[in-house]
Amino acid sequence: MATRERTIDDLRALMRAAVGEADDIDLDGDILDSTFTELEYDSLAVLELAARIETQWGVLIPEDDASGLETPRMFLDYVNGRAVAER
Amino acid sequence: MSVLTADAPAVTGIGVVAPTGIGVEEHWAATLRGVPVIGPLTRFDASRYPSPFGGEVPGFDAAERVPGRLIPQTDHWTHLALAATDLALADAGVVPAELPEYEMAVVTASSSGGVEFGQREIQALWRDGPRHVGAYQSIAWFYAATTGQISIRHGMRGPCGVVVAEQAGALESFAQARRYLADGARVVVSGGTDAPFSPYGLTCQLGSGRLSTGADPARAYLPFDAAANGFVPGEGGAILIIEQAATAQDRSYGRIAGYAATFDPPPGSGRPPTLERAVRAALDDARLTPADVDVVFADAAGVPDLDRAEADAIGAVFGPRGVPVTAPKSLTGRLYAGGPALDAATALLAMHDSVIPPTAGGADVPPGYALDLVGAEPRPARLRTALIIARGYGGFNAALVLRGPNT
Repeated sequence: MATRERTIDDLRALMRAAVGEADDIDLDGDILDSTFTELEYDSLAVLELAARIETQWGVLIPEDDASGLETPRMFLDYVNGRAVAER
Repeated sequence: MSVLTADAPAVTGIGVVAPTGIGVEEHWAATLRGVPVIGPLTRFDASRYPSPFGGEVPGFDAAERVPGRLIPQTDHWTHLALAATDLALADAGVVPAELPEYEMAVVTASSSGGVEFGQREIQALWRDGPRHVGAYQSIAWFYAATTGQISIRHGMRGPCGVVVAEQAGALESFAQARRYLADGARVVVSGGTDAPFSPYGLTCQLGSGRLSTGADPARAYLPFDAAANGFVPGEGGAILIIEQAATAQDRSYGRIAGYAATFDPPPGSGRPPTLERAVRAALDDARLTPADVDVVFADAAGVPDLDRAEADAIGAVFGPRGVPVTAPKSLTGRLYAGGPALDAATALLAMHDSVIPPTAGGADVPPGYALDLVGAEPRPARLRTALIIARGYGGFNAALVLRGPNT
């Protein structure tokens, strides 16, 4: 599926819808390089985010790959094809 | 197991999220007004269903009362319980962060689990395919989800459990709380909520044949009335904080003095139902006699055969018109797992204020029931001991004896 570049704002919206918003974490802040642990995402939350990316953006992220994506930037790089190119 | 009243566990906090309101004050005021809050369902359009009425929690906004992360991750029934737990903890003055995490326990009751959440995911499954089923379906529908989320949210790492016994479940949760306390827990979050209003949830309930199909919401649930024709479901419930008698001290609303449960023989066995035995055993457990009981909060099924069976059991234990009986759930509908939890909360408030709450409409009780049913007006009375009766669909019976704080 040919798509435009996904941005951190696109991902923020998806994160809000998929996992909700914690009271003590500002998703509008500088979260690009925050780890999902820092964002209080457990493995189920990462799985849900990956599933939303697949169904809404059309980019399949196999579970084994998803578990290695530790920050929003890594998710975006993966989705935008950069991570694949670098491998 | 038997516990003397003096050492009996104390209820130190009450959190209500019910059709009568959010919080103890709203609930108690609405209960004493005695005006039913049953109406056409608004959570979804139920107008084409044979039983389109229910008792819904007014003005519940999850965004105000549930942590943002948990809103998309849990069902409405868990939202209601999380909100009730916050209210109950605040009411008890319990700050979980200040207590040893392994000495705080959680046991709740659930009757239908996350049925609305589950329906959404099943719809996604059939409409869009398996990749569209959210990851949280794996935990949100499950009966234990509420207990688990309360435990995680408040760092309560002591024993945790869930009871699934339809309408009897919440009384079982209080009994289990008592066992946890006997085993060394300091604080137990217990009680129950349910959220039975989704197309799938309502359809499941129709199968029992016990839902009212009357066209007038004001006449749809008339327990112990000559015109009883089934019941109306409701959502919500109550969470109670239960603590060891020694640590509760002057924060106590009252005590869990006695409890028993029985299970009915299968239909067609020829053997009698066992509700009477549950009531007697609960009194024995409390080391009290029928004469000690000042008020009975009835199960109040609203189904003629079941109303008669309950009236017979009460009569057998207490004698004809031998004890005041009330059914405040006539105001809200039957809340399933939440119902007896709310009754327990109401009974504690009644003992505190020395008044028996009314039964909506003031039922036209058939003389054969020989019940002293409290009518449409509250009845002042000195109340030291209350009995709560609950029956769950499928044969569950439970009875709980509560005593006031100074007994």
